[in-house]
Amino acid sequence: MELSQKTIHEINDLLKKKEVTVTEVTQAVVNRIDAVEGSTDAYLRVQAEKALRDAKVVDEKLKARKKKSPLEGIPYGLKDNLCTQGILTTCASKMLYNFIPPYNAHVYDLLIEEGGVLLGKTNMDEFAMGSSTENSAYKITKNPWDLAKVPGGSSGGSAVAVASDTAFFTLGSDTGGSIRQPASFCGVVGMKPTYGLVSRYGLVAFASSLDQIGPFTKDVEDCALVLNAIVGHDEKDTTSLKIEKKDYTKNLKQGVKGLRIGVAQAFFGEGLQPEVRKSLEDAIAVYKAMGAEIVDVSFQYLDYALSAYYLISSAEASSNLARYDGIRYGYRAEEYDGLVDLYRKTRSQGFGEEVKRRIMLGTHALSSGYYDAYYKKAMQVRTLIKEDFEQVFGGCDVLLTPTSPTTAFGIGEKTSNPLEMYLTDIYTVPVNIAGIPGISIPCGLDNGGMPIGMQLLGPVLSEKTILKAAWAFENETNFKNLKAPLGREV
Amino acid sequence: MEYEIVIGMEIHVELGTKSKIFCSCPTEFGAEENTHTCPVCLGMPGVLPVLNEKVVEYATRAGLALNCEIAHYSKMDRKNYFYPDLPKAYQTSQFDLPICTGGVIEIEVDGIKKDIGITRIHIEEDAGKLLHESAEGTLVDVNRCGVPLVEIVSEPDLRSAEEAKTFAEKVRNILEYTGVSDCKMQEGSMRFDVNISMREKGETVLGTRTEMKNLNSFRALVRAVHYESKRQIVELKKGHVIIQETRKWDDTKGASSSLRSKEEAHDYRYFPEPDLVPIIIEEDYIAKIKAALPELPEAKKHRYIKEYKLPEYDAGVLTATGVLAAFFEEAVGLYNEPKQISNWLMVEIPPLLKEKELAMENISITPIQLVELLKLVKNNTISGTSGKEVLKEMFNTGKNPEDIVKKQGLAQMSDTVELEAIIEKIVTANPKSVEDIGSGNEKAYGFLTGQVMKATKGQANPTVANEIIRAVVKKHLG
Amino acid sequence: MSLTREDVTYVANLARLEFTADEVTALADQLGAVLDYAQTLSELDTSKVKATEHVLELKNVFREDVVKPCLTNEQALANAPDSEAGCFKVPRVME
Repeated sequence: MELSQKTIHEINDLLKKKEVTVTEVTQAVVNRIDAVEGSTDAYLRVQAEKALRDAKVVDEKLKARKKKSPLEGIPYGLKDNLCTQGILTTCASKMLYNFIPPYNAHVYDLLIEEGGVLLGKTNMDEFAMGSSTENSAYKITKNPWDLAKVPGGSSGGSAVAVASDTAFFTLGSDTGGSIRQPASFCGVVGMKPTYGLVSRYGLVAFASSLDQIGPFTKDVEDCALVLNAIVGHDEKDTTSLKIEKKDYTKNLKQGVKGLRIGVAQAFFGEGLQPEVRKSLEDAIAVYKAMGAEIVDVSFQYLDYALSAYYLISSAEASSNLARYDGIRYGYRAEEYDGLVDLYRKTRSQGFGEEVKRRIMLGTHALSSGYYDAYYKKAMQVRTLIKEDFEQVFGGCDVLLTPTSPTTAFGIGEKTSNPLEMYLTDIYTVPVNIAGIPGISIPCGLDNGGMPIGMQLLGPVLSEKTILKAAWAFENETNFKNLKAPLGREV
Repeated sequence: MEYEIVIGMEIHVELGTKSKIFCSCPTEFGAEENTHTCPVCLGMPGVLPVLNEKVVEYATRAGLALNCEIAHYSKMDRKNYFYPDLPKAYQTSQFDLPICTGGVIEIEVDGIKKDIGITRIHIEEDAGKLLHESAEGTLVDVNRCGVPLVEIVSEPDLRSAEEAKTFAEKVRNILEYTGVSDCKMQEGSMRFDVNISMREKGETVLGTRTEMKNLNSFRALVRAVHYESKRQIVELKKGHVIIQETRKWDDTKGASSSLRSKEEAHDYRYFPEPDLVPIIIEEDYIAKIKAALPELPEAKKHRYIKEYKLPEYDAGVLTATGVLAAFFEEAVGLYNEPKQISNWLMVEIPPLLKEKELAMENISITPIQLVELLKLVKNNTISGTSGKEVLKEMFNTGKNPEDIVKKQGLAQMSDTVELEAIIEKIVTANPKSVEDIGSGNEKAYGFLTGQVMKATKGQANPTVANEIIRAVVKKHLG
Repeated sequence: MSLTREDVTYVANLARLEFTADEVTALADQLGAVLDYAQTLSELDTSKVKATEHVLELKNVFREDVVKPCLTNEQALANAPDSEAGCFKVPRVME
C-alpha cells in the first residue's frame, strides 16, 4: 500500500521510526491529488507549494525533537465554510467568491498549533445547504466509488478527499447529517460530536443551534486522534462547553462485551434500500457475537424530526444569511437602482437556488402570524425529540441505525425535487435536533459496489462509548480496508 | 372640543463600558471612521457574540435606580431587518423577556408631582452611523455598531411637552449619578423616541399614535412634541384620521414629515438568539448592586436642603449632575460654608467653564483651590471683586489663589493705620469735596472713595475705607 | 397548504430577494410541499411543552469588560466591494 493510502496512526509509526519524512508524506498526497482530483473535484483550491513548505518546516523541527502531537506533519483539508485567514473562504457560493477572512476559525488555530499541514479547502453544498454537494456554485464533486454518483453533502468534498486518499483527514460541518451522510456514501468514517464540544467560531453559520464541526477519517482510531485536537472550550463561542478534556483514544479498543446496543424499528421502515437493511442486520449479528446486548427500543416522536429540522434550520439560516448584502464583503451586483435594489440584486444573484429556497422557507416560518405555528412549534417538538432520545438511552448505551435510507444516488437524480432530497436526511437530522453525538462508519457495499454506512448514536457527551463500539465493529470486520476503485496505479 | 395629548417615550442610553457588548472593541466616542471594528461587530461570516458582563451589571444598576423589578430570567433575541448601519442585518436585543420591568419615577412640573411609569428596560446593541457625504452615495461607519444600549420605555403617562422634558431630564440625572452612562447628548449617548397621540379630554381609549425617533436634545424633544400635537389636532379637526407611522423630525425646519415609503410596516421576525444563552440574575447579585448604588439625585437634593440649609433652587442646581455634586461635597468637606460655595459654583464658575470649553468633569481647578480662594474672600484678604479676578487667573494659569494674590499684589489693604494716612492726604487735598459733603451733598463721598481706590490701586478694603473716609471728613468738618 | 403568490412576494420582500414570475410559481409549490409535510407537527399537543431554545443547559456565559486590539481601517475595508474615505459605501439612503 502506498503512502497516501495509509491512516494517520500508520504514518505516525513510520515517522517515529524515521522511515519517512513529512515532506515525503506530503509529496505523496500532492501526487495523489494530481492524479485523481481531475476526476473527483473534491477541492475548491489546493495549496500544494505552501503545504510542501510547511512540511519542510516540520521536518526541520523533527530533527531536533519528537513529534509534539499526533497531527503534527499530517496533511489535511478543511471544508470551505471554515474561515482561514489570508486564504479564500467561499462556502462554495458566488456570494463569497472573493472573501478573504482576516481571522481564523478556532479549529484551524488548533490545527495550526498541532502542526498539521493544510492542503486546501474542500468543496461543499453552498452555505452547507444540501445533501449531495450538487449545490456548489463552482463544481460538482464526484463519488470516487462511482464518478456518476454524488458523494453526499453538504461536506461532499471533505468526504471524497479522505475516500480518495487526497487527505489523511478533513474537517467538515454537520447541521442535519452533512458529515455522516457523505461519510456513509463515500465509505469513510465521519463524526458529529455533541453540540458545544467543538467551537463554532469561524464556522460560517448555517443553523446556529444545530451546526457542529467534525472529522472525516479513514478509520476510527484516526477519528479519535482528530477529535482530541479539535474538542475543547473556546471563550469566543458562548455555546462552547466547558468540560474536562478527554483522551478519546483511551479505552478505544476495550471491546463491547455487555454494551447495550439499541435497535429501533423506526429506522428500518419502508424506503430503506434492501442491501442497507441487510448490512445493518449483519452488523447487529456481529455485535451480538462480540458480546454486546441487543435491545429493542422505540421512539415516539422520530417522525416529526425532519419537519422540525427544516423549520428550525431554515429559520436560523434566513437570519444568519441576511448579512450577505454586498456592503462590507463579498459579491455585489454590478447594476442596481438604489439601496433596496442593491440588496435584492446582490442577494438574488449571489445566492444559488437552494439557498434562496431555504431563506424563503425560514423567513416565512418566522414571519408575523406564522411564528407560533411553525418556528415555536418546531422548538417545542424539539423538546419532545430530545426527551425521546433521553428515554431511549435510559435503556441502551448506543443506538445503531442506518446512516441513510439508500446508498449514493446519481448526479442530477434528485435535484428537481427538493422534498425528495430533504428526505435523504431522515436518519441523521434527529441527532442534530437532540444535540447528541453520532458517528458513521462503513458496514458494507450494495449490489452496485457502493458503500453503505451505519450510524452509532449515544447520549450527550458519550463520544468515548460510541468510538469504542465503532472501533470494535470496524476491527471485527474488514470494511475499512475497502478502497474506492479510483486510479490505484499512482 | 378639547384634546389631551398622550405621550410615551423610549430613551436609548449608551452604557459607559470600556468594550462593546459582544466584542472587545473600544466604545470610545470620536474615533476615526472604521477603526474600532473587528470581525464580530463587522458581522463577518462565522463570527459569534459573547456578552460583556458589565452590560448586565449596568443594566441592573439602571433598573434599580429607576425602581424597576429585575428579571430573574431574561434572554436575548434577534430583531431582523435590513439597513446599511446594521452589519448582521439583525439587531441583538431583548423581546419578550427584558432584564427590567415595572419601574416608576416621580417628576414635578409647575409644582405638581406625578408618577411616570417605566414599562421595561432592555439591553440591546447600537447600530453604526450613516454619513451622507455625497449625492451619489452614503458612507457607513461601523465604529458605533455593538456599543451597548439600554432602552428605557415609559408608560404613556406623559401629558405635555414639559412633562416629557422633565421626565427625560430626571432619567438622565439619575443615570448619570449611577455611573452607567455619561449621558452626553451631544455625543449621542442618549437619544429619545416619542410616541404621541391625541384624544378628547375625558376619553380613556388611546388615539392613533405617531412616532418620532432619535431626538437628540431636550429642545428638539419639546419642539417636536409641540409641533406634532398641533399637527394632529389640525388633522383631527378637519375630520382626518391620524395615520400610524414614523415621522421624521427636522429640527432646522421645525417640522415633522412622513417617513412612509413603499416599504411595509416592519415584520421583525423576533426569535431567541441561538448564539447567546439566558441571563439568570440571583437575589444576592441584585442586593450587591443595590447596596453599591450611590445616593440618588432626589435624596441628595433633600439632604442638601436639610443638612446644608440651602434653598431648594441651589440644591437643585448643585445636584443636577453627580460630578457637580461631588465637587460641592468635597469643597464643603474642607470648608463649612455651603452657601458661599454654592454661590460661586452656580454663578462664577459656569461662565469660566464655558469660556475655556470645559465641563465639570475636566474642570481645571480643584475643590481645595476653590476653598482657599473663598477663605481669602471671606476673611477680607481680598475683595469679592478681586476674588473673581483671581478665579479667572486660576483657570488661566492653574496657579493657587495665594500665589496669584501675592504675585499681583491683590491683598486688600485693611490696615487702618496705613489707610488713615492715605485718606488723610486725599481729604486734605480735596477741600471742595469736604465742603460739598458739609452742605449735604453725599455724592462727594463717591469721588473721595474713587480717589482712595485710585491711590491704593483698588486694593483698599471698601468697607473699611469708607468708614475711615467718613471719620476723616467728619474730623475736617470739625 | 400551498403558499399563494402574494405570500411568496411578501416573504421575498422581507428577505430582500427577487424572483421571476415562474420562480414565484415554483416556490409557491415547493415551499407549499415542505410546509404540507411539516403540517404533521400540528398533530402534536405541545400546549404544555417548553420550547427548546438551546440544547445545552448553559447560562450566564460572559466575558470581561476589557478592550483588545481592533482591525485597522485597511483590514476592515479589505473585502469591501465599494468604499470611500475610510468608509463602506452604499447608494444614497433616503431618510
